[in-house]
Amino acid sequence: MLSDKDRIFTNLYGLKDPGLAGARARGQWDGTKAILEKGQDWIIDQMKKSGLRGRGGAGFPTGMKWSFMPKELKDRPHYLVVNADESEPGTCKDRDIMRHDPHTLVEGCLVASFAMRAHACYIYVRGEFIREREALQRAVDEAYEAKLIGKDNINGWDFDLYVHHGAGAYICGEETALLESLEGKKGQPRMKPPFPANVGLYGCPTTVNNVESIAVVPTILRRGAEWFAGFGRPNNTGTKVFCISGHVNNPCNVEEEMSIPLRELIERHAGGVRGGWDNLMAVIPGGSSMPVLPKDTCDTILMDFDSLVAVKSGLGTAAVVVMDKSTDIIKAFARLAYFYRHESCGQCTPCREGTGWMWRVLTRFQKGDGDLADIDLLQEVTKQIEGHTICAFGEGASWPVQGLLRHFRPEIERRIAERKGTAPMAAE
Amino acid sequence: MSARRLHQEQPASFAYSAESKARVDREIAKYPPGRQASAVIALLWIGQEQYGWVTKPMIEAIASLLGMAYIRVLEVATFYTMFNLAPEGRHLVQVCTTTPCWLRGSDDIVAVCKKQIADTQHTISKDGKFSWMEVECLGACVNAPMLQIGRDFYEDLDGPKTEAILDAFRRGETPKPGPQNGRHSSEPIGGLTSLKETQS
Ligand SMILES: Cc1cc2nc3c(=O)[nH]c(=O)nc-3n(C[C@H](O)[C@H](O)[C@H](O)COP(=O)(O)O)c2cc1C
Ligand code: SF4
Ligand code: FES
Repeated sequence: MLSDKDRIFTNLYGLKDPGLAGARARGQWDGTKAILEKGQDWIIDQMKKSGLRGRGGAGFPTGMKWSFMPKELKDRPHYLVVNADESEPGTCKDRDIMRHDPHTLVEGCLVASFAMRAHACYIYVRGEFIREREALQRAVDEAYEAKLIGKDNINGWDFDLYVHHGAGAYICGEETALLESLEGKKGQPRMKPPFPANVGLYGCPTTVNNVESIAVVPTILRRGAEWFAGFGRPNNTGTKVFCISGHVNNPCNVEEEMSIPLRELIERHAGGVRGGWDNLMAVIPGGSSMPVLPKDTCDTILMDFDSLVAVKSGLGTAAVVVMDKSTDIIKAFARLAYFYRHESCGQCTPCREGTGWMWRVLTRFQKGDGDLADIDLLQEVTKQIEGHTICAFGEGASWPVQGLLRHFRPEIERRIAERKGTAPMAAE
Repeated sequence: MSARRLHQEQPASFAYSAESKARVDREIAKYPPGRQASAVIALLWIGQEQYGWVTKPMIEAIASLLGMAYIRVLEVATFYTMFNLAPEGRHLVQVCTTTPCWLRGSDDIVAVCKKQIADTQHTISKDGKFSWMEVECLGACVNAPMLQIGRDFYEDLDGPKTEAILDAFRRGETPKPGPQNGRHSSEPIGGLTSLKETQS
């Protein structure tokens, strides 16, 4: 288990002062200038060595992503854009960073922007996070006041930081939709290429990173890449904020070591599954887009990128949604399908039409309404969406359904048979 | 994706109050010259906070303020579901019913809204004080079930706690936001499992 001295977000729960004085007492803004003086190449190299992979869902190596930015500042300004749209069901970690430990993020924005030669950064906060936006703005104002950021600041890199008012749309978390939205348009994803590092915000080189990815940067650079890389397994390093929701005794957020066993995570921090571990039915391990895992997989699985991919799921945002045996598992996924239908931006036909279709079929399955052949058709539709759309929302909407069919197909068959009044067919 | 269009009945005009205008200016100043359109969401939101819903004259005012075509602002207002395109009750109760909240009883919260406010969403209660709607995940899932009223989240709810909150609003009070079960924020309620040593 991670010990408190190795936690980055030491005010995750807001039990202490989130302001600058409190942040400084917790070691933030310590020697920031000295970090910048080591230069861009050193910082990017350290980020690569730390093994940090993006905390926004896709797990792309952060140091490598930064290295895609142009090495020289030419006619176009560079931008860092921080993704604080946080809307993947199950996920609520960036919220705590912004409201309780905002200076980790503000300092991280300065350091990361410097590393990518950006003099300006926008933090795109989802519209409903009004109090979080206020808390973050307070921290930004404090940092300006103390000349930690701004023109001619004491850290030696001119830097402006803006908190941007986003809107309530899940799709704006997709990085190119976020850029469109930030430019004042509908949040509809762009085709890639060109990639944001080349043509991003206002047509300028831009990197989009998740709140947590940026907020951990100063501590990594202060304590050393080796320190961070010492947690978790190779290629899956560091500490991570997990969100544990659903049928547990004590739902919570907690920063833990990457690669912690799922069962240990739930039992140590969330008070265990309601009714005991044997009452577990299934877990969504990484936010709603990541395929569900049945109990027997949950018994032993480690919470990291590679081990979850090995069981055809993913770490995603590390939002753990626990479902006990009382759960109507088909209804749980029909409700998620409704979410995706509601949030599709509507640009691509397979996504726009497919999400509605999947929702309707799952709603029927919930009541046992349908034919066995419809199950295969549903699987087929998920395959027609996946890989045939502009953005990864198509996968995000298809994978939960594929996970349901992979592990809970017998339950769907049972309900159909029950409704038809026939006995379930034998397995083979 | 749902079709959203402007309300049939529209007021004659819209103007930002002095207080709103100060906020508007602060928002526009965040963006480089020629990029004021970036402030469009913020301006719609400030308008909605002032007036209660987004109106056609408001959209026109914002378009001219930001140098945008009317249709571009209209597109934004209809795309993002947090903009109300018709009048709502004075307090719009937004109940999250996405799966993590549903697993922990959001049905009970919806039932209270139906009983206390109106049978259907977006219907203003008889006293004019409330309307309610279901919304998608608000990013507070470890404090489920939850709802948003105005700028605040009310978390760790159940039916009776929701009734108490609505009653308080009805009396003209603003109940204390955040978790309603005694915890501070997102820490486990049974006692801290981390960050114990560093408490002070
Ligand atoms: C539909 C969709 C929604 C997303 N939502 C978020 C989000 O809310 N927050 C986030 O950081 N990344 C989100 N992402 C991932 C971003 O596109 C992007 O990969 C991420 O912000 C990069 O940051 P990272 O490298 O630090 O993880 C989303 C992706 C998709 C396809
Ligand atoms: S996949 Fe869906 S959300 Fe993504 S661009 Fe296409 S329609 Fe929009
Ligand atoms: S599901 Fe309700 S806040 Fe996330």
